[in-house]
Amino acid sequence: MSTTFDLATTPLREVNAALHVEGLAGEYVVENPRGAHNVAVGLDAPVTVTIRGHVGYYAAGMNQRADVTIEGNAGTGVAENMMSGTVHVTGNASQSAGATGRGGLLVVDGDAAARCGISLKGLDIVVGGSIGHMSAFMAQRGRLVVRGDAGDALGDSIYEARLYVRGSVRSLGADCVAKEMRPEHREELAGLLKAACYEDDDPADYTRYGSARTLYHFHSDNTY
Amino acid sequence: MTATPEDRARRGLRESATFDRTTIAAIQRAAETGIYDIRGWGAKRALPHFDDLLFLGASMSRYPLEGYREKCGTDVVLGARNARFPLHLDIPVTIAGMSFGALSGRAKEALGRGASETGTSTTTGDGGMTPEERGHSKHLVYQYLPNRYGMNPDDLRRADAIEIVLGQGAKPGGGGMLLGQKVSERVAGMRDLPQGIDQRSASRHPDWTGPDDLTIKIAELREITDWEKPVYVKVGASRTYYDVKLAVHAGADVVVVDGMQGGTAATQEVFIEHVGIPTIAAIPQAVQALQELGVHKQPGGVQLIVSGGIRNGADVAKCLALGADAVAIGTAALIALGDNDPKYAAAYEALGSAPGFYDQYQAGQDPAGITTQDPELQKALDPVAGGRRVANFLRVLTMEAQTVARACGKAHVTHLEPEDLVALSIEAAAMARVPLAGTGWIPGQGTW
Repeated sequence: MSTTFDLATTPLREVNAALHVEGLAGEYVVENPRGAHNVAVGLDAPVTVTIRGHVGYYAAGMNQRADVTIEGNAGTGVAENMMSGTVHVTGNASQSAGATGRGGLLVVDGDAAARCGISLKGLDIVVGGSIGHMSAFMAQRGRLVVRGDAGDALGDSIYEARLYVRGSVRSLGADCVAKEMRPEHREELAGLLKAACYEDDDPADYTRYGSARTLYHFHSDNTY
Repeated sequence: MTATPEDRARRGLRESATFDRTTIAAIQRAAETGIYDIRGWGAKRALPHFDDLLFLGASMSRYPLEGYREKCGTDVVLGARNARFPLHLDIPVTIAGMSFGALSGRAKEALGRGASETGTSTTTGDGGMTPEERGHSKHLVYQYLPNRYGMNPDDLRRADAIEIVLGQGAKPGGGGMLLGQKVSERVAGMRDLPQGIDQRSASRHPDWTGPDDLTIKIAELREITDWEKPVYVKVGASRTYYDVKLAVHAGADVVVVDGMQGGTAATQEVFIEHVGIPTIAAIPQAVQALQELGVHKQPGGVQLIVSGGIRNGADVAKCLALGADAVAIGTAALIALGDNDPKYAAAYEALGSAPGFYDQYQAGQDPAGITTQDPELQKALDPVAGGRRVANFLRVLTMEAQTVARACGKAHVTHLEPEDLVALSIEAAAMARVPLAGTGWIPGQGTW
């Protein structure tokens, strides 16, 4: 038995407040989001939330513990700074998907635009399609898996995040390099693919990218 | 024996005003190292500043209040425009954002203690919120910065206000750098970074790019915190008129404007000295923007906090008279804690500096225990005694501002107004938009 909120008739503020009630549990459905911004942000409860339709900016932002499914496309910054739980976008995601995310799992079945996983800090992201330019910019921790292609400047100024891309990479950003896929990386990737329901993929088809660590100590030769 | 300036003058030696000894040393240092100079503190060059403004005390045409006796209020309310719980501060002087990382945990605790003792707010910084700071701060403003180090929704909910930082006066348009020697195990852990690496702070927010996006971002932060907290927007002073208008349109409850004299923990010298505008030039621009939007000093309006080079109660009063609702201090608060104290002269000399000159905050070797993560050096600062010093200093600033306000006939420090001020120089008159002393002339008026 689930509780349904209709954004066509209930103000967003009331919906989010209802989802913030202490001790919340169970299943919730949000209908008619119609591209609304900030839907289901700041959740902190072991609940299931299904959003039936497209959402605007920052859907499921800063999510903690909740499992959120967006049945449609998501605007800028979906699951930004999420801490735990899962966020699943069945369509495409706009730019900055999972920005600064710290934990949990974000799955985008379609494509994700520019800056996917920017400033990543521990979140795992699995993108079913391709990602845009400047993705994983300054990514610090966490993993980003891309089943399609990556745009320009992948992993620019990356720290310790690990990137796995199956398709082509248009260009690598500063200090980002292709790295050897050792057994532990194949195992890690297989686990991520399984968690995102893409377990049929062969980890051997992927290339790992990460930091060359040449920018870790500032000097005059590493300015651009 | 070193020649005195008089000896040199007698010998006909003349120093270049363009290539003075500091400039020559900078060129030689650059030629030697191949890298630009990074330092702390704010702009050190002479700039039109609060010293170029004077108050017109009451006499025949204005009626003063009795010093020490008649009430002169100092409390301010910040962020009542949208927040369910606006900040009620006892004094209009707040502590500016300074990060744990740039500062030691003890320094952050001391600032919190001092602010709480005087009923005002302190502010986190680039490195997230520490338990010491939260625990010792009655009113804590949580900064929301481009790199989001340590950012999490639990701390967001624990905060009393949220300050979205677009820039700071020392480096509008610049990010930051915390050099590896200050990235200790604890700092690295809070920032999700390897220990000991030079850590870059981004100059752009990762998930919004313009004022329209900022509107949605502010709405998100309000939704996450159930519309409880005031949301500030902080800008480094540059195109202040436009920035303030855009910040208000985006939904800011409070706008913080930081002039180029504002401090930094680590920034390129060229940035500190050559980017941004002086504080007295920024305030009238911000006030004009707020006035044109009908939100300046209005019920449910937008409050203005000003920072950048505030040193005494006269500076506080001048900011308020120009239209600020409150001010923030950073460098002065560190000095109150013990920064640049002559008692550390020998230690400063060993570092190649001297009391009054020390600005190597990035190096992490601060003998005063303030801008360091070294466990031994930190012991130089007792957070309880430091907190008392900060509280004392805040009280003095407030009493001095009240002294000036009473002399101008004001029953509340925020009743001070531009009409109470004159300028000592044409530059200051034009920037602050008050008349040159002894004249009715405000240069440049009507040209903005």
